[in-house]
Amino acid sequence: MPARFRIVAQAIAVLLAMVAIAAIPAGIELFTVMQLTLFAAMAVLALSLAFIWGFGGILSFGQTAFFGLGGYAYAVAAINFQDSTPAILLAIVVPALFAAVLGYFVFFGRISDVYLGVITLTVTLILFNCVNSTSGEEYHIGKALLGGFNGMPSVPTFNMPFDPSQVLSPEQSWYITAGALLAVFLLLRLLLALPAGRVIVAVRENEVRASLLGYDPRLIKCLTFILGGAIAGLAGALYVNWGAFVSPTIFSLSLSAEIIIWITVGGLGTLLGPIVGCVLIEYIVANIGSQQLLNSNLVLGAVLLVFVLLLPKGLVPTARDLLLRLVPAPRPKVERLDETLSSQAAPPHPAGAE
Amino acid sequence: MAIYVILALDVLNGIASLFLLCLGLAIIFGMMKIINLAHGEFVMLGAYATVISANAGVNIWIAMLVVAPLFVGLMGLVIERCLIRFLYGRLVDSMLATWGLSLLIIGIITTIFGNTQQGVPTPLGGFSIGAYQSSYYTLFLAGMALLMMAVVYGVMRYTRFGLIARATMQNPAMAATLGVNPARVYMSTFAVGAAVTGLAGGLLAPVSGITPGMGGAYVAKAFMTVVGGGAAILSGTMSAASLFGAVNQLGAYFTTPVYGEVIVFTTAIVLIRLLPQGISDRFFKGNL
Repeated sequence: MPARFRIVAQAIAVLLAMVAIAAIPAGIELFTVMQLTLFAAMAVLALSLAFIWGFGGILSFGQTAFFGLGGYAYAVAAINFQDSTPAILLAIVVPALFAAVLGYFVFFGRISDVYLGVITLTVTLILFNCVNSTSGEEYHIGKALLGGFNGMPSVPTFNMPFDPSQVLSPEQSWYITAGALLAVFLLLRLLLALPAGRVIVAVRENEVRASLLGYDPRLIKCLTFILGGAIAGLAGALYVNWGAFVSPTIFSLSLSAEIIIWITVGGLGTLLGPIVGCVLIEYIVANIGSQQLLNSNLVLGAVLLVFVLLLPKGLVPTARDLLLRLVPAPRPKVERLDETLSSQAAPPHPAGAE
Repeated sequence: MAIYVILALDVLNGIASLFLLCLGLAIIFGMMKIINLAHGEFVMLGAYATVISANAGVNIWIAMLVVAPLFVGLMGLVIERCLIRFLYGRLVDSMLATWGLSLLIIGIITTIFGNTQQGVPTPLGGFSIGAYQSSYYTLFLAGMALLMMAVVYGVMRYTRFGLIARATMQNPAMAATLGVNPARVYMSTFAVGAAVTGLAGGLLAPVSGITPGMGGAYVAKAFMTVVGGGAAILSGTMSAASLFGAVNQLGAYFTTPVYGEVIVFTTAIVLIRLLPQGISDRFFKGNL
């Protein structure tokens, strides 16, 4: 039966992804592993927006607000406690609380589409401006100097839980980051397969009908937004762990734009697509570097335009449709190809995408 | 005493610049419900057109008032034909596509002119009030804002084009049955909006640093002013620009410029939360 095949295929894909995560540091040189670690941290950020936009129908232009708050919360806590364990927790809790306040403000005022876009964008700008102007000795939280535009250098990276003396090696950081990506992915898949996930998608599809069935769309959207904020905060902590550095550019509009590009390229309404889009785009941007002739703005802009106009569904759904057309019987075997697109692949057909 | 006159001039300057900056976006948003996130780049293109033609020997006034709007208006026409016309009625897609367009324009200008700052000297001299200096250019900007307001009002209220434009804005299907071609109205509206934006870029060129990324500083402000103002082009933009411009300048005066920005952003958020349809929907319903 297709349904059983699908579950088996998903289990195999998850196993393959785990094997790939475990095998990567052995087979690849350290520099590439570190680059992959960055991509994995960014992919967690991509998942956060993919979830609230693709499944919750909330287009936030300011997902970097939570990413940046997570990064700063981690940095401040890690410097103060000299232990990353509570810092990681704070990096999830602080953005989630902020998302709760903002979400209450926005969704209980029944603000949608453009207006939501303006508010999230503006909040990001406020955070950027505020953090940017915190240079000087007087701006500190505990022992941590905020450092204004220069940011906070030499932030302690992850250590073994509750054992600050044992700092993780780059390979171990890779395991943590890629493992977090896989865990977030599976968590979201699970959530979307549960009744709660169905309700989230139902609210996206039609708020009035959902409320007539007894669900409160305001509350559902708010909770979706909070979960998205928490995941983005985790991504912020992973990002700071990668670079041991955080600066206000983490709140920048261009990064917000990039997340939206990843999702548009990969495919809105899927969870795998944004990961693929993120790795692909980040890889392209990293390779363009700063050369003059083809600067990254030019390439990113062109890519976004082409996808919006010509391939609005994005890569993963398009590839899936093509494969399903090639193989007339919907055999789950075809889902294997996605394995080549991303090392952390898991099956497409996310629950609730259709 | 003199300090208050200067402060009043600053507030006037803030309002006038913001109004000029937002008018083009408001025309496009009010008429077609398209949010043009490449708006900041249209401003940037206007500023570049001014600087380059002025440095090539064109009179600065001609460069500002003629070259910039013409150039950006033509660009707007091309962009509408090649891109925007496929996106009517798809609000989110139009935002994404114009965001892509904005990155593309930044990329092209960086490739051509490099990531360096350009500038033109500010025309007109300065004058002093007590111990403080101000420039006549501030007054000129305020005059231009008033003139643009009068022009938009006049065109929309008293010309045939304005009548057709308002009809299409209210009900495109009804206008179409009466023989108007909405596609053509949208095309010209977008070009006019782009030209007005280009004019703003030209006018602001002497008082701002001109880099390929300069649009980023404007687009968020323009976006929130237009959305805060609501659907009415003139009254909405004028009221929101007055509010935000004044709050920005006063906030900057009493705290620091950075917190001035923060205060204005906070005001915008609260305003949109309280009046989600914009100021004009509440107070100037049915006006232009």
